[in-house]
Amino acid sequence: MTFRQGFAHNRGALAGLAVLIGVVVLAAAAPVLFPFDPWDSRGAPLLPPGGAFAFGTDMLGRDVIAGIFHGARVSLFIGVVSTLFAVALGVVIGAVSGYFGGAVDDVLMRFTELFQTVPSFVLAVLLVAILTPGLASIVLAIAVVTWPPVARLARSEFLTLRHREFVEAAVLSGVSTPRIILVELLPNALTPIVIMASLMVATAILTESALSFLGLGDPNHISWGYMIGAARAVFRQAWWLSVFPGLAIFLTVLAINLVGEGLTDALNPHLRRRGATP
Amino acid sequence: MTAILRLEDLAIGLPPGADRSHAVAGLSLEIAPDEVVCLVGESGSGKSLTAHAVMGLLPKGLPVSGRIHFEGRDVLTLPERERRRLRGARMAMIFQEPMAALHPIMRIGDQIAEVFRFHGRPDRGGTRVLDLLESVGLPDPPLIRRARPFELSGGQRQRAMIAMALALDPVLLIADEPTTALDVTTQAQILALLRTIRARRAMAMLLITHDIGVVAEMADRVAVMHEGRLVESGPAEAVLGRPAHAYTRRLLAAVPRLAPRPHRGEALGETVLSADRIAKRYATRGGVLRPRRVVQAVADASFALRRGETLGIVGESGSGKSTLARILVRLLGADAGTVRLAGVEGNLLALGGRRLKPVRRRIQMVFQDPFASLNPRRKVHQIVAQGLLAHGVDPGTARQRVDELLRLVGLDPAAAERFPNEFSGGQRQRIGIARALALEPEVLVADEPVSALDVSIQAQVLALLAEIRDELALAMLFITHDLRVAAQLCDRVAVMRRGEIVEIGATADVLFAPRHEYTRLLLASVPGRARFDGA
Repeated sequence: MTFRQGFAHNRGALAGLAVLIGVVVLAAAAPVLFPFDPWDSRGAPLLPPGGAFAFGTDMLGRDVIAGIFHGARVSLFIGVVSTLFAVALGVVIGAVSGYFGGAVDDVLMRFTELFQTVPSFVLAVLLVAILTPGLASIVLAIAVVTWPPVARLARSEFLTLRHREFVEAAVLSGVSTPRIILVELLPNALTPIVIMASLMVATAILTESALSFLGLGDPNHISWGYMIGAARAVFRQAWWLSVFPGLAIFLTVLAINLVGEGLTDALNPHLRRRGATP
Repeated sequence: MTAILRLEDLAIGLPPGADRSHAVAGLSLEIAPDEVVCLVGESGSGKSLTAHAVMGLLPKGLPVSGRIHFEGRDVLTLPERERRRLRGARMAMIFQEPMAALHPIMRIGDQIAEVFRFHGRPDRGGTRVLDLLESVGLPDPPLIRRARPFELSGGQRQRAMIAMALALDPVLLIADEPTTALDVTTQAQILALLRTIRARRAMAMLLITHDIGVVAEMADRVAVMHEGRLVESGPAEAVLGRPAHAYTRRLLAAVPRLAPRPHRGEALGETVLSADRIAKRYATRGGVLRPRRVVQAVADASFALRRGETLGIVGESGSGKSTLARILVRLLGADAGTVRLAGVEGNLLALGGRRLKPVRRRIQMVFQDPFASLNPRRKVHQIVAQGLLAHGVDPGTARQRVDELLRLVGLDPAAAERFPNEFSGGQRQRIGIARALALEPEVLVADEPVSALDVSIQAQVLALLAEIRDELALAMLFITHDLRVAAQLCDRVAVMRRGEIVEIGATADVLFAPRHEYTRLLLASVPGRARFDGA
């Protein structure tokens, strides 16, 4: 079964992919469709959906739909970039730990556990508060609290691959250690890491929303979490202020999870065709 | 006498997209009561599926046609409930890997008692379970009854499996490669057990195996399968002695004979490698409740290897032969000992990183598992050339060298552009050999290089190794559990047991005039010697 067939076999994954593409289009189209600052007041406050503003306006007269479109950019950016950092850090630590084993492994794993035992959201809040809220500090905070599971996964993959015969053959051929890790081991360890990373994007988006909800978002960029947070004072009078950004978060996170499951199906080694037997 | 099992024109289809349309086609076979029929064939010949079809254990979705008459009824037309009543009671099966066939954490006694209970004949006092365990030669049945599978050895587990199969006195026992996962001495015991049981119980036995030695040891009649078809069947004497079909002749010719080969002492060169008192211990980390366990994997192993010579290291699993191989190529550290390589100052085992690298290319290794030993994500030319590139050969020259090497091991240079999964096990092993030869080593360490291969492929790979050894004057350390293979290829043989080399000498002396009792036991355990090698 090819990768594409495996993925297409999972209907949910296709639906998720469609939604995800939609969100990317939203983000890309935001400056074209709403070529103004989403923080600007555009009309009367608290107008209900319909009329001139499709999703209504908030208490300062800001256009909700413009906020949703522009907010998609922040959500996707933070989801993808923080995951990249977390995966890079996790893979490096996990790979070194799994490949060398022994004392190196002990030290790195105790270090990883240190991060795992601290409640991760509290640590993220703390980091953002100390570093002053901004895109960079949010990305950093999310990466710092999400890398340990990646490191553990990469370590277990490297531990099993380390003693495979093709790795021993590379050692005997005189191939250097960094090259063995990068060329022999990493491509074989990547599948589960890719699957995990796809799901981490969803978690990162949720974490960013939660931080923004608490007022720790980037003050220069509107985000879905900020919109919900700001709407909580008028929750009874203006449902649309929290429902639309809430739906946006829900659909995006669901879509990413579905895509992640589709990747699992498509890349699952048990489904992959084995080579011809003798 | 009427047959107890009669297969008529049995066919088992394969799902679309498989490499042939039928796993088994047009198979007709009879087994009389009190007869042992051996179904022989290489992997993919359909022998195992045939056995599963008789038991009604085929994977769902495989179409079956033809007739399977068992005790006068066609079981293929019986409803599932009826078939279940037959399974276990009238026909029983034992499998290759007893650890996988037994419930891993259920007590042996309870698993056997289950068979009685499911067939409505509960064993209330537990005496029948004890009798069964006793009858398959397990020591201390009351203790074994309370043991769980992981507490038993491989041979004991297979005995427990056999006890379970015999619980309800079946008239037909199907054994699917029952001794393939076992050591040779254990195999001999299990085969002896099967013979006693069969003599005592007048039970028909269908024995599935790829091992011609086992066939020679056990069979009354032999049926040879090839690519899903029965190519030849008849009394064992006739099929093994005067095979009629060309495939059977090829198969038999591929089995290495346990016969002395001329010693080539004069043709050999000077000593390249000598090992002196190598020792290695493994210790498990002790826990709070677990005592620290120490295993002496290799103890004071000493030997010398001359240019052009093959030294066989034979022994059973756990004898330390693979550990010894990995120490010599420096994949594992040793606790003590000296290894000297011609032209290198000092102890090879003590060389550090920078001084080790140039020496490493002189000792290369061929691995056991043709599937695990090639990186599935790299093309063949990348795999073969990795050592050349690591030693600074420029890519163009390396590429040319890869083509030469592939030709040397009997592959088309066009193979270089493909991935390992496009090759069969035998071809993969050739790729592995090409990789090992790329750096022009003087010593080749081969760790069970043919034990994962079918016998006809095994013969080709052995011939290739012998040819390359003679052409390049390689010194070869050949690790194997198979005495037949050792006899065919090796000039000298070292026998290992529990980490110690108990006997070492010329192949003709060690294998045909053994001095140590353990060597004698190993030789006596090789199946089929009486009928096959005329010993």
